[in-house]
Amino acid sequence: MPAAILARLALLEARRGGLAWLALLALMLGVALAGFLSQLALTESRMLQAAVVAALLRVAAVFLLAGQVVASVRREVDDKRLELFLSLPFSRSTQYLARLGGFVVLGALFAILFAVPTLLWAPPLAVACWAVSLACELALVAAAALFFAMTLAQLVPALAATIALYLLARSISAMQAIAAGPLAPDNVLQELARHALSALALLLPALDRITRTDWLLYGAPDGASFLRGVAGALLYVVLLAAAGLFDFQRRAA
Amino acid sequence: MTRDERPLGAVPAFVWGALTIALAAQIAWRAAQAPSAPQAAELPLAPSAQALRLASFGEPNALARVMMLYLQAFDSGATNAQPYRQLDYARLVGWLEAILALDPRSEYPLFAAARVYADIGDPGKARTMLDFVYRQFFADPDHRWQWLAHAALLAKHRLHDLPLARRYAAAIDRNTRSPDVPLWARQMEIFILEDMNELEAARIMLGGLLASGQIRDPAEARFLAERLKALEERIQREPGR
Repeated sequence: MPAAILARLALLEARRGGLAWLALLALMLGVALAGFLSQLALTESRMLQAAVVAALLRVAAVFLLAGQVVASVRREVDDKRLELFLSLPFSRSTQYLARLGGFVVLGALFAILFAVPTLLWAPPLAVACWAVSLACELALVAAAALFFAMTLAQLVPALAATIALYLLARSISAMQAIAAGPLAPDNVLQELARHALSALALLLPALDRITRTDWLLYGAPDGASFLRGVAGALLYVVLLAAAGLFDFQRRAA
Repeated sequence: MTRDERPLGAVPAFVWGALTIALAAQIAWRAAQAPSAPQAAELPLAPSAQALRLASFGEPNALARVMMLYLQAFDSGATNAQPYRQLDYARLVGWLEAILALDPRSEYPLFAAARVYADIGDPGKARTMLDFVYRQFFADPDHRWQWLAHAALLAKHRLHDLPLARRYAAAIDRNTRSPDVPLWARQMEIFILEDMNELEAARIMLGGLLASGQIRDPAEARFLAERLKALEERIQREPGR
C-alpha cells in the first residue's frame, strides 16, 4: 500500500508541524471574536455569530491548508526528498495522487473540526451540508496548492497563485454581475471586458455557490443545488489533479 | 516544533535595551492614539451593493452584519446624549440599502431603521427612515410587514401624521399574502381610519373583513363585531362623519 504510506506521511508531517494547535487557535479566536461582535449587535446576534464564525473559519481553513501543502511540497523538493521518492518503485501517478489524498484527508479533518462550533447556532442538517461542502472546497484548495507547489519553483509564487485562484473563484460571479450591470458603460471596451470575464469564469470553479453561510442562517440548501455545487468543486479537483499529474509526469526530477 | 536555543544571557545588552525601548515606544504611541467613536461627519458615502458584494469574497451574509456594526458605531459615543441625530440621513439610507441588498433576508437594516434611526426625535429624519422602510417593504411584504407596522405606529404616535400611518397600514393590508401575517397588522388601517374620524370608510372595511370569512378565531370575530356595532352607533350619533 505505497499510496496509503505516502498519504499518511502528509498527515504525519502536518501533526508534527503543530497544525492541529494552529487550527484550534483559529477556532478559539473565531468564536471569541464572534462572541465579542454579538455583544455589539442590536438584533440577530446569534445569526451574526454564526455568520462571522463560519466566514472566519472557512478562510482560516483555506489559508492553513494552502500554507501546509505548499510548504510541505516545497520542502520536499528543496531537500531533494522528492528525487529519493522518484527513485522508489512507485509509479509517478501513485506518488502524486497519494500526496493529494493525504492533503484531502487533512482538509476533511479541518472541515469536521471547524463545523463543530457552528452547531451552537445552526441546525445539524445545515451544518452537515456546510461541513461536506467545506471538505470539497478544501480538497480543491489542496489540489490547487499541490499543483502550484509542484509547478512553480518558489514557495511565495506558489502560495500567491493558490490564494489568487481561490479569491478569484470566490469573486468572479460578483465581477460578472458588475460587468453586466446597468451602470456599466455601453462601449466596445466594456463589451470586450465582459466577454473576457465570461471566458475566465469558464476556467474557474464557482466557489461562491458552495459552503454558503446562508445555509447556517436560513436553513439547509435544497438537495439539487447542493449536489450541483459540490459536484462542480469535485470536478475541478479532478481537473487540477489531472493538470498536476500531467506536469509531474514530465518532470525531470 | 522545537529548536535549539542559546540561553537568554547570550543576547547582548544593547539588543535587550533596543527591544525594551521599542516595545515601550509602541505602547505609548498607541495609547496616545486611543480610538474614539467615529463622528457623524465621518460617515462616508455608501458603496454600491455590487462593490460590497465583490469585497465580501463570497461571504455577503457575514459582511452585511459586520457592516451594520460598523454603521451603528457612527455618532453613537457613550457620552453622546442624542446619538445619531447628527448623521447625514441620505448617506445613512444609502448604507442601509446597500447592506440590505447584500443580504435581503437579514432584518438588521430594517430593525435599525425603524427602531433606532427613526426614533431620534427629529421628525424630518424620522420620515426619511420611515420612507426607507416603506420602500423596502414592497420587496418582500410577507417578511418585512412587521417593520412597516412599527413605522405606522411611529407615524401615528410620534409624528402624529395619521394619513402617513394609514398609508403604511394600507400597504400591509393590500400586499401581504402569508397566513403568518397576523390579523391585527392587517386591521391597522381600520383603527387608523377610526382615529381619523373616517367612520364610514372604517365601517365598510371592518364589515368587509368580517364578511370575507378571514377571521376564524371566534373571540376575535366577536370582538370585531362589537367594534363594528360601536362604529355604526357612532355614525348614527355623528351623521356628518
